[in-house]
Amino acid sequence: MRVKQISVFLENKSGRLAQVTRVLGENGINIRALAIADTTDFGILRLIVNDPELAYRVLKEAGFTVSVTDVIAVEVADEPGGLARVLAVLAEANINIEYLYAFVQRTASAALVVFRVEQLDEAVGALQAKGVRILAGEEVYTL
Amino acid sequence: MYWNQKYETMPREELRALQLERLQLTVERVYRNVPFYRQRFTEMGIKPSSIRSLEDLRRLPFTTKQDLRDNYPFGLFAVPLSEVVRIHASSGTTGKPTVVGYTQNDIRTWAELIARCLVCAGATKFDVVQNAYGYGLFTGGLGLHFGAELLGATVVPVSGGNTQRQLMLMQDFGTTILCCTPSYALYMAEEGQKMGIDFKKLPLKAGIFGAEPWSERMRAQLEEKLDLMALDIYGLSEIMGPGVAMECRYKQGMHIFEDHFIPEIIDPDTGEVLPPGEEGELVITTITKEAFPLIRYRTRDVTRLVVDPCPCGRTHARITRITGRTDDMLIIRGVNVFPSQVESVLLEFGETEPHYLLVVDRKANLDHLEIWVEVAEHMFSDKVRQLEDLEGRLRERIQSVLGISAKVKLVEPNTIPRFEGKAKRVVDRREI
Ligand SMILES: [Zn+2]
Repeated sequence: MRVKQISVFLENKSGRLAQVTRVLGENGINIRALAIADTTDFGILRLIVNDPELAYRVLKEAGFTVSVTDVIAVEVADEPGGLARVLAVLAEANINIEYLYAFVQRTASAALVVFRVEQLDEAVGALQAKGVRILAGEEVYTL
Repeated sequence: MYWNQKYETMPREELRALQLERLQLTVERVYRNVPFYRQRFTEMGIKPSSIRSLEDLRRLPFTTKQDLRDNYPFGLFAVPLSEVVRIHASSGTTGKPTVVGYTQNDIRTWAELIARCLVCAGATKFDVVQNAYGYGLFTGGLGLHFGAELLGATVVPVSGGNTQRQLMLMQDFGTTILCCTPSYALYMAEEGQKMGIDFKKLPLKAGIFGAEPWSERMRAQLEEKLDLMALDIYGLSEIMGPGVAMECRYKQGMHIFEDHFIPEIIDPDTGEVLPPGEEGELVITTITKEAFPLIRYRTRDVTRLVVDPCPCGRTHARITRITGRTDDMLIIRGVNVFPSQVESVLLEFGETEPHYLLVVDRKANLDHLEIWVEVAEHMFSDKVRQLEDLEGRLRERIQSVLGISAKVKLVEPNTIPRFEGKAKRVVDRREI
C-alpha cells in the first residue's frame, strides 16, 4: 500500500526545476504527480514517477540531492466534501499529515491524493476500515 | 607630545642595545620556564647564551598559531597561574580559542603602551574616551580601557553595539576620542547623519580605529563625516592586544613600540628575513612580557617595515597598513574568523567531507557573513520543517563558535566551486 516518492533539494534559482524534468524525460521517466514546497531560500520538489528507482539513480548521477520516502496514494471521491471525509478519518485516528498533494491524473470518478504521514501503517488501517481505497505502488506507477 | 619621551624617542643605537638586553632575558626566561621552547631550542642546538647580537634572533625558531593550539590552554605560559592576573582569548582555527595570559606587570605595560597610543592621537587627561571596542575575552575593550585610565582620561566603557545609545552618549558626554572598528565608526556616522546629528558641532577630535583592515579611502570618509583625525592602531591578542603599534598624527605608518617588541618582516614561504621596505609577513618577538612571551611569532599579517625618521620625533620603526594575510583568516566585524572553524561545526553535524563557502559582504558599512552549505543526502529531508530546523541549529552552533552571527544558506551539491580538487572556502566581496 506504499508508494515511493522521490524528493529533490532545489535552490530557488531559475532553471532548476526544468533541469530535473529534463533529466527524467531523457531517461524515459514519466511524472505522475508533483508538488513543490518552498521557503525564501530553497525548495523541495516531491515527485511520484513511473520508475522511482531509476529516477533516484539518474537524478543522483546528475548531481542532485535526492531521497526516497514512502507515502500513500488515496482515492478521494470527486464530489463536495470528498477530501474532508478522508481528513476526518485521519484526524480521528490521531494521524498527523505532514503534507499532501493531488495527482495530475485521476480515475473515472475519483481524484488521487498523495498523503505524507509519519504513521503509515496506522493511516492505511484507519482509511481502509472506513472503506477508503488506497492504491498500491504498482497501480500508481502504471497509471 | 609623548607619553614616555625617553623610550619613544630613544636614539636607535641605544634602543638596539636595550632590545638585545631584553631579548636575552626573554630567551633565558622561556628556556628556563617553557618546556616547549626549551625543547625547540635544544633540538636546534641553541642555548640562551647563543644570543649575542640582535642578528642572532634569526637563529631562533618561529612560533605559530598551531603551536599555541598544541599547548592549549596554558602550556606556553612562562609563569605559574598564580602570577597570572588576567586571561584573554581570540579565535582559534577550530572550536578552541587561542588563550593568552598577563601578569600584573604585563597589564601595566599594556596600559602604558595604550597611553602612548592615546597621546599619539593627541589625547590628554582632559579627554572623554568613548571605548566602543567589545569588553570581555576580546582584548579590544579592556586593553584600551586601562590605558585610557592610566592617561587620566574619562573613559566611557560603552563596549560595542547599540548604536542609538552610542550616539546619545557621544552627544551628552561630549566624547572627544572614539575607539572602535573603522567600519563601525562609519556606520555610526551614517546612522548619526540620518538622525540629524551635526558631527561638526560635536567635540570629537580623534578616532582610534583598528581590529580590522581599512584604507585611505575609509580614512577620508571617516575624517569628513565625523570631523576628527582618524588613526590606525595595530595589535593582536597573541602579542598583547591593541597597542602593539599606533599611527602618530603624521599618518605615515604605525610606530611599533620597539622597546617591548622586535618586529621582523619575512618571506612567508621561505622564512627568510627581508630588508626594511619590502613587503612580507610580520613576525614579532615580545621582549618584556612575563606571562606569555612569544619568540618570533608569525602574525600572518602582511605589511612593510619603515625605519626612516618620522617627523613626530619617535624613533620606533613603523609598519604600513596591513594589506593582507598569509593564511585564510578573515576579519568580520572586528572578529577573527577561520574557515576551519566552520568546518569543525559541520563535522560535528556528521558531515564527513563538508562542502561549504563563507561569503562576506559589506552593506551600509556592516559586515555580513553568509555560510553556504551543500546539502548532502544524509542531511536532506522531504520535510521543509526539518531542513529549516537544520539551518537553525547550524546557525546557532556557528554563532557560538565564531562569536558573530551568520546566515546559513543550504545549497545544492556541486554549487560551491572547486579548483584543482581543492575547494574555495571564502568569497570576500567587501570593498575596503
Ligand atoms: Zn610618528
